[in-house]
Amino acid sequence: MKNCLIVDDSSMIRKFLRTSLETLDFAVREASNGQEAIARCEESMPDVIVLDWHMPVMTGIEFVKLLRQGGHADQPKVVFCSTENDLEHIRTAIEAGADEYVMKPFDHETLHMKLQLVGVA
Amino acid sequence: MQISETSKQILAELLKSQTGQDFPTNRIWRVGTALSGLSREHGIANLDRLIAKLALSHRSALAEALLNNETYFFRDRAMFELLDERVLPELARERASARSLRIWSVGCSTGQEVLSLAMLFAEQESRWAGWKVDILGTDVSSAAIEAARAACYTPFQIQRGLAVGQMVKWFEETPQGWRAQDKLRRMVRFERHNLLDPLPCQGGFDIVLCRNVLLYFDDATRKCAFERLSAAIAPDGWLMLGAGETSIGQTGRIVPDRTLRGLHRLSSFAAAQRQDEAPRRAAG
Repeated sequence: MKNCLIVDDSSMIRKFLRTSLETLDFAVREASNGQEAIARCEESMPDVIVLDWHMPVMTGIEFVKLLRQGGHADQPKVVFCSTENDLEHIRTAIEAGADEYVMKPFDHETLHMKLQLVGVA
Repeated sequence: MQISETSKQILAELLKSQTGQDFPTNRIWRVGTALSGLSREHGIANLDRLIAKLALSHRSALAEALLNNETYFFRDRAMFELLDERVLPELARERASARSLRIWSVGCSTGQEVLSLAMLFAEQESRWAGWKVDILGTDVSSAAIEAARAACYTPFQIQRGLAVGQMVKWFEETPQGWRAQDKLRRMVRFERHNLLDPLPCQGGFDIVLCRNVLLYFDDATRKCAFERLSAAIAPDGWLMLGAGETSIGQTGRIVPDRTLRGLHRLSSFAAAQRQDEAPRRAAG
């Protein structure tokens, strides 16, 4: 069973993602911002992180930059999941270290395809 | 939303006559959704009344609304990997002198399969330099072909099956959506065509993809479709069917490939018969 960390400040989105990911047989943990996500990663590194962009305390882009700079040997895959659907934001996310990008709104099937593309589903 | 038995019969006859497709009971549940656009357009909320009216005056539009245009980029990705890693290298060797490849995507819907094929070639530019690659997409739906020609997709459509790296590389952001770059568009063309009609152009396709099309036909219609497909494939060409589709027990002219699961080829009998016909490549 693969481990996924959901990082999103919306409890509703986290609930949708958890349901979706659990049907794909992921063990799911949650964080509501980048700072909490760092703590979850320090406890144990997930296989994949599904990451929102805009969050209080620490944004998704700040988090992924820190994660990639951390030099962990077991770097997780990072799938951004954001309402920022323009090319500039997408390029910024990729340059910061994201492996995939899901534009909101999306459905379960799209998320599954993206997780397959990064090799965790 | 329920429809009457009469409406079901009208839709079934209409779909059959316009497209050759069956209208099984498991498609009835989505009639309300499928006809919602026409319902708004004509200001008729009652489906039975809408069907009765449009069956006389807007037959094509009514049939098209019932079609399932589900598609996405690199659908069944393993099959594209098979094409990329096994079929295309073999064709590159076999067609090295002609340096020409023709591919037909039957039931291409809104074009994602055709553009996925184009990306396979575009991403190996050096291998295919100097080759003429012609990728034809056809569909029975005029609306789908119009959308395929526009090659412009909503955020929801563009990210289904397509890696973000490919999206950024091969599509440009426009006010209308994510539009395929000219480099891809130049490799592809689209025509409205019903598989059951005579071929839209000369046969001899090196690869024919007909995925998730045959499942909508009854046995007799499927046999006719296989006849059309066998006439379209080059004697040493390939046919790719959908995951749940097979040539076994359907036709004597096409058989599963012995080693590449999911791919089919002309039977030795059909291939020999085709070799005896005017050899396209020698003449062309």
